[in-house]
Amino acid sequence: MTLSRRRLLGVVGAGAAVAGAGAAAGVLANEALTEAPVTQTSGAAEAVPFYGRHQAGIVTPAQDRMHFVALDVTTTDRAELVQLLKDWTVAAERMTRGLEAKPDGAVGGLPDAAPADTGEALDLAASALTLTIGFGASLFDDRFGAASKLPPALAPLPRFPADDLDPARSGGDICVQACANDPQVAVHAIRNLVRLGFGKVAVRWSQLGFGRTSSTSKSQVTPRNLFGFKDGTRNLKAEESDLLTEHVWVAKGDGPDWLADGTYLVARRIRMHIEIWDRTPLSEQEAIVGRAKGTGAPLGQVAEYDEPDLHVRGEGGIPVIAEDAHIRLASAENLKGARILRRGYNFTDGTDGLGHLDAGLFFIGFNRDSRKQFVPMQQALSSKDSMMEYVEHTGSGLFAVPPGLSKGGYWGDTLFT
Amino acid sequence: MTSTRAVLTGTFALFALAACGTATPTESSGGAIAVAASDDKCEVARTSHDAGTITFEVTNKGSRVTEFYLYADGDRIMGEVENITPGLTRRLIVEVSESGKYQTACKPGMQGKGIRGAFTVNGDAKKATDTDEQLAEATAGYKQYVNSQVVALVDKTKEFTTAVKAGDVDKAKALFPVARIYWERIEPVAESFGDIDPKTDSREDDVEPGQQFTGFHRLEKDLWVQGLQPDSGTIADQLQSDIEDLATRAKDVELTPLQLANGAKELLDEVATGKITGEEDRYSHTDLWDFRSNVDGSQAAINALRPVIQKRDPKLLTTLDAKFAAVDTLLEKHRVGDGFKLYTDLTQDDIKEMSEAVDALGEPISQVAEVVAGK
Repeated sequence: MTLSRRRLLGVVGAGAAVAGAGAAAGVLANEALTEAPVTQTSGAAEAVPFYGRHQAGIVTPAQDRMHFVALDVTTTDRAELVQLLKDWTVAAERMTRGLEAKPDGAVGGLPDAAPADTGEALDLAASALTLTIGFGASLFDDRFGAASKLPPALAPLPRFPADDLDPARSGGDICVQACANDPQVAVHAIRNLVRLGFGKVAVRWSQLGFGRTSSTSKSQVTPRNLFGFKDGTRNLKAEESDLLTEHVWVAKGDGPDWLADGTYLVARRIRMHIEIWDRTPLSEQEAIVGRAKGTGAPLGQVAEYDEPDLHVRGEGGIPVIAEDAHIRLASAENLKGARILRRGYNFTDGTDGLGHLDAGLFFIGFNRDSRKQFVPMQQALSSKDSMMEYVEHTGSGLFAVPPGLSKGGYWGDTLFT
Repeated sequence: MTSTRAVLTGTFALFALAACGTATPTESSGGAIAVAASDDKCEVARTSHDAGTITFEVTNKGSRVTEFYLYADGDRIMGEVENITPGLTRRLIVEVSESGKYQTACKPGMQGKGIRGAFTVNGDAKKATDTDEQLAEATAGYKQYVNSQVVALVDKTKEFTTAVKAGDVDKAKALFPVARIYWERIEPVAESFGDIDPKTDSREDDVEPGQQFTGFHRLEKDLWVQGLQPDSGTIADQLQSDIEDLATRAKDVELTPLQLANGAKELLDEVATGKITGEEDRYSHTDLWDFRSNVDGSQAAINALRPVIQKRDPKLLTTLDAKFAAVDTLLEKHRVGDGFKLYTDLTQDDIKEMSEAVDALGEPISQVAEVVAGK
């Protein structure tokens, strides 16, 4: 007996939940039906395929919400870790279809047993949930026999000027990025994976993101970050497969074979001093970013998607896009062609204890080799970007993201078999 | 150091940018003016335009990389676009507010005086003119303040560096926060010289790879944490000469009223991000001295602008006075003799209280710029 939240709901969305509950009994009778792959219909609620050459959640059009978790592996038993990865894969694949972590998980089990699924997503659609796993360098120590498979590009990030990293918000053996168009669906997924892992892994840190700050597909409008600016206009897009091959996907021969078709995930928790920013004149904000706040157009141009022209100078020969403007320093032109795929989220985490919101941008970037892409980019930004006075990097992580799976495979199978 | 965006040079540059950034470029008389640039010709489709936003679309039809310029009298650059490779079209949007005779120029090979052509701008666009005498007095008054602080900064830094070089650690420790008073009061001015600030006021974690950790905070670390080092004397000499360099250059600084207003705001930003968190003086914990000095500097800028604010927005002035007084009251609670309690002796409640008072002052201070800019 399986209670599918998609079946309860139809594919209409949360509004149909109450009506759906009445129809549940009929659905429960037919397990085969509920386990059938969900047909995709309405945009935000639909399911994203779990299997593929690459993991989902990278070039998938960025969903609106995110829950990211970094975990320490606590077991020292390799077989136990591998079994967990297998169990996770099964649960993750189910949840991305809008199902419970385990069949009959929430309310279909024995009344005397604790439910196998935590239940808070019962009435919710798949919501484009993607679950993406990555492995940190610390996993490649002597515990699990993976030391010889450590990719050279997983070398620790250097310290950047003005970093203020909190060890309790940095690192981790494993990360899982959950993205969905419903925040509760993302949290439910992480919560149930963490639960499956008790005794084998423990949460090191976690981050919620309430709104996307990048578009990863040409079909999406560019969202705004907490500085109020459009963010990610020049991001790599899912449609640009040649550029993704060049800048995102690890190729055979780049490093150990197990990571081919994978990528590297860089996570940076960037606290924004929004109070200070909010008191800054509009003209200065725009000069710092290098774009007009309203349209998102690069300074000196007219529309958002006009290419920034770094060679235009205004009165007195002063560059229209300043030498220390964010978009100049982060541009491929300034970085010998290096680009990354950004997939960050806005966050607020309570207060800093001084009467301010602790708010910012949880940066997630995917690249083929952080040493050649993210690192030089962040070195240029951290030492020269005039935006640095308004931000502070408070957390950091670098993870190798294994390739996608075909049916029957499990997360990390190329690494552990 | 917080690399506050250069108050002087920086804000000046922003003005040039603001027009392109905020105004939606609309065409007053027709669309963009096409420019066909070749190796020996510079064909500008229309050679006159109304004052306001003028857009050129420059296409390189030649074989050499070229540039396009719009010059005012005396070859003053109004706008330029560089590095136009053969076949490429690039756009230049220029704000021209004054009518008159201008010149266009293509520069194949990106050199020389280029291929010139006459260009006429008709009618005057609305231009903000600054004839207010009170504003002129404000900038003159603040300039005097800067100069007086610079003189004291040179003297007190000399006393401090002399003590360091003499190996008198106790004396040097006592003089460290005193010398910094004058630095912190005029910090945005000091930071406007982009090369001086990183050498004199960087914190250890601001230092870029390959750069040496020098200046006030390096000596602070020597005095409080690691003891005087073999090169402490050299570092002290360098600090002194950097400060003297600053003093020389500060004399020639030209300030606008808007820069004063933004400087007042930036000094409080300094407090909010560096001092209130105890990050600035992490070895000596003399952050409250710097805090006091930033607030003093901010108040000096506001005082210079006082008659203008009084005339244009008296209510804002009342608010500012009240909020400055509230910050003063809190700071003075922690005064010990001529100085202040160490940051480490403050409770979390003390810090939160001051942080809130600084925010309460920061918001109205951020409104001063528009009052000054408004007519």
